[in-house]
Amino acid sequence: MSNTAAVHENEQISIKKKSQIVDVWKRLCRNKTAVLGLIIVAILVLIAIFAPIVLDYENQVIKTDYGNALKAPCAAHPFGTDEMGRDILVRVLYATSTSLSIGVVTVIVSLTVGLILGSAAGYFGGKVDMIIMRIMDIFLAIPGILLAICIVASLGNSIINLVIAQAVSAVPTFARVVRGAVMTVRDAEYVEAARAIGAKDSTIIFHDVLPNSLAPIIVQTTLQVASVILSIAGLSFIGLGIPAPRPEWGAMLSASRAYIRDYSYMCLFPGAAIMITILSLNLLGDGLRDALDPRLR
Amino acid sequence: MSTQPLLDVKGLKKYFKTPKGMLHAVDDVTFTIEKGKTLGVVGESGCGKSTTGRAILRLLEPTAGEVLFEGEDVVKLSKDEMRKKRTDMQIIFQDPFSSLNPRKTISQIIADPLKINNIITDKNQQLERVRELMETVGLADRLINTYPHELDGGRRQRIGIARALALNPKFIVCDEPVSALDVSIQAQILNLMKQLQRKMGLTYMFITHDLSVVNHFSDDIAVMYLGKLIEKAPSEELFAHPTHPYTQALLSAIPIPSLDNRKERILLKGEITSPIEPPAACRFANRCPHATDRCRSAEPQLKEISPGHFVSCFLTD
Amino acid sequence: MSEEVKKENTNAKDLTAEIKDLVVEFRTDYGIVQALNSMELEIERGKTLGLVGETGAGKTTTGLSLLRLIPDPPGVIVKGSIKLDGKDILSMSDKEMQDIRGKAVAMIFQDPMTSLDPVMTVENQIAEVIKLHEEGGMEHALTRAREMLELVGIPGSRGSEYPHQFSGGMKQRVVIAMALACNPELLIADEPTTALDVTIQAQVLEMMKGLREKYNTSMLMITHDLGIVAEICDKVSVIYAGHVIEHGTLVDIFKNTRHPYTEGLFNSLPNLENRTAELKPIKGLMPDPSNLPKGCAFCPRCDYAMEICKTEKPKRVYRNDTHYVECHLYNEDNIQEGKVSIR
Repeated sequence: MSNTAAVHENEQISIKKKSQIVDVWKRLCRNKTAVLGLIIVAILVLIAIFAPIVLDYENQVIKTDYGNALKAPCAAHPFGTDEMGRDILVRVLYATSTSLSIGVVTVIVSLTVGLILGSAAGYFGGKVDMIIMRIMDIFLAIPGILLAICIVASLGNSIINLVIAQAVSAVPTFARVVRGAVMTVRDAEYVEAARAIGAKDSTIIFHDVLPNSLAPIIVQTTLQVASVILSIAGLSFIGLGIPAPRPEWGAMLSASRAYIRDYSYMCLFPGAAIMITILSLNLLGDGLRDALDPRLR
Repeated sequence: MSTQPLLDVKGLKKYFKTPKGMLHAVDDVTFTIEKGKTLGVVGESGCGKSTTGRAILRLLEPTAGEVLFEGEDVVKLSKDEMRKKRTDMQIIFQDPFSSLNPRKTISQIIADPLKINNIITDKNQQLERVRELMETVGLADRLINTYPHELDGGRRQRIGIARALALNPKFIVCDEPVSALDVSIQAQILNLMKQLQRKMGLTYMFITHDLSVVNHFSDDIAVMYLGKLIEKAPSEELFAHPTHPYTQALLSAIPIPSLDNRKERILLKGEITSPIEPPAACRFANRCPHATDRCRSAEPQLKEISPGHFVSCFLTD
Repeated sequence: MSEEVKKENTNAKDLTAEIKDLVVEFRTDYGIVQALNSMELEIERGKTLGLVGETGAGKTTTGLSLLRLIPDPPGVIVKGSIKLDGKDILSMSDKEMQDIRGKAVAMIFQDPMTSLDPVMTVENQIAEVIKLHEEGGMEHALTRAREMLELVGIPGSRGSEYPHQFSGGMKQRVVIAMALACNPELLIADEPTTALDVTIQAQVLEMMKGLREKYNTSMLMITHDLGIVAEICDKVSVIYAGHVIEHGTLVDIFKNTRHPYTEGLFNSLPNLENRTAELKPIKGLMPDPSNLPKGCAFCPRCDYAMEICKTEKPKRVYRNDTHYVECHLYNEDNIQEGKVSIR
């Protein structure tokens, strides 16, 4: 066929554009603050993974040593010790694991539920959309802290209940974001093309719509982890979070209130840990949003 | 040997609800296409040609009318039955940028119809069929794992064609398949489509606004204006004897790339009227140089003025 | 004809715009894109030059360079000269350029949907241009704006409406009214009718022809449509890979085509006279502008390619006063006889 021959002859087109992921990575790297966020988050993740392995929970993290209590930062205890003689550095590091893992698990759960609800609402529209979104609105109307308090108060103070409480609060936000992203893609011509070749709605949602709506969902995921960590810290601060003696930044902050005048280092380090974690996750999330935005290309 | 046309569209209507009233996108369109032939559908923006194509394939649900494909009315089929019919009726889209999923490789895009309809389930056989189709449309084999955004418009459109051919359809709606391409690439794609038609016995509905292209490519041409079919004739006849005043204006408006045969332009005055709740009159009356009172008070019907040549205009009386 | 005689003829011409030996690069992460390679252009006063080529050839970049609107970064004018009315614009200050834009030179872009500000009334948008360049304040500007609207066939009373209330064709007329408001010497029209329906295109082209007659405006008509060229242009430059490969009057280009690319463009078009003839497309694709071939840029796609085409750039050969072509097929002796044929 002359057409084929003609095309084969002139194959000197160099495919310059690399894959999209590489493109996004490059743009992310150009953003200095995003790179900073990424590095810090990476360090935090490493700490979260290795802390429980390297540190001895029984002997280093929770073992009380009243003789050593309230020591200011020194060589043996770089962050000082708390009111029960425990090393603050060790506890801060261990708490990283607690906070990050709860954050990630919560987000995975709420993201999954949010994906299902949001894509159904966004793709089908009409009554389905209305019912789902009104239910989401009801949940959004309830202040997160209040909801968490109710759940924890009625079901008890455990990690699982905390995750449930946070996840329930986070689902509406994800559903909203997913719905918006799906609505943008739903009218694309390649979705119509999928219908034209006989694809079912479920196939279209999973293979065509969702893979192309990832950008805002990825960004929201990063930011939501930060939000969950902050919430947990807040709940722990008022005593409804992670039960003692497991270390948690918010709980450590709360405990340090009584000693804030003379032993300010006790609140300084947990507080800084919270701040650095939230800040780096937000910087990374913002950087991802910019890097994934097709209009900025 | 049956003389039944492959596609028989009767009184097709597609209306959209808007806050201001019903938008008559396609209004009572009737035509037939014989097997192996090409019907060109031309008109300017807002005439309803794309909507007609999509309504025939039920990518948009028709408001009324019948679409008889090989004698069977596809409008009456259930969602599942229609999905099965899709193996016979396919579409090539206008925009090679937006009609391909940016996250799938060429191989995946072309294999999709085979996977989804369970035509070929074995992965190796799928790959073979994909390679076969790529060869047919002139895509180099080494491009098999590339993404659409890495290729130019002409190549992307070939992917769209390969995808439409994957199911061995009998009928393909081509919605402005070359409008987004450069002139020299347009020619390549048009030649390819013609070859495929001859080789595979395809029937095309070729939607375009480009009159010189449609003349070259179609056996018959239907002209649409504001949702109505106002003239239909074999291509040579339409260009030789355009009867409806709109068709005449349309043909005279084409810029001719030649210094010879320069003719006087018919310039239309005014603007196109609204398709929302149109009054019962000829829709072209406000711009027609020959409009009479009758044209402004009643709607003309499609009449056959010579064998195969249909016009909807009171002036033919 | 000898080079000296050619140069004399050039100096005698009254040129509104002149581009010589212009090289423009876009420096991106993926490499350096050669947008314009020794680009040359001449627009005579009161005449219309058609700049014909396909996507990526450098037509829009040429238009933008006449207004010094090439985004910098990543665009860099490496060398060359751009003269408007004999004055070199590359050495002008920003203030001087601002004075020129909209007044001496105006541009119409392809998409009227995005060229107009959606939150300003159309008469205000036209008045804005007038106020920037003429004395008389807002009152005077608005009056003139309404006059311009009438001129392009829009009732002046519609001036207080917003762009979204107009159709595509009317929006483009508003854009044209804005461009002509200060009676520019040069109008650059970048595919002004591509986004419009063919009957509206006919109306807009007629209108542009009328206005051009009335004001003796010089025009650069950037297009890929040879039909429009035949309709409205006096001379034609065919551009390929950022360089003009053939230039001449309508008769030169349409009746005495010389360059294989120009021949290819004509042959790609469906022939209204002979509908069943097969189209003869140009094989292959435009070269990658960040990796242009050595020698003639068109060589890989050319049916007449010879060994020399791969290594050396062709020299300019003149057929007469106005018509020249750059192709190894031709030299001083055989130029009168064409080598290419249009079906």
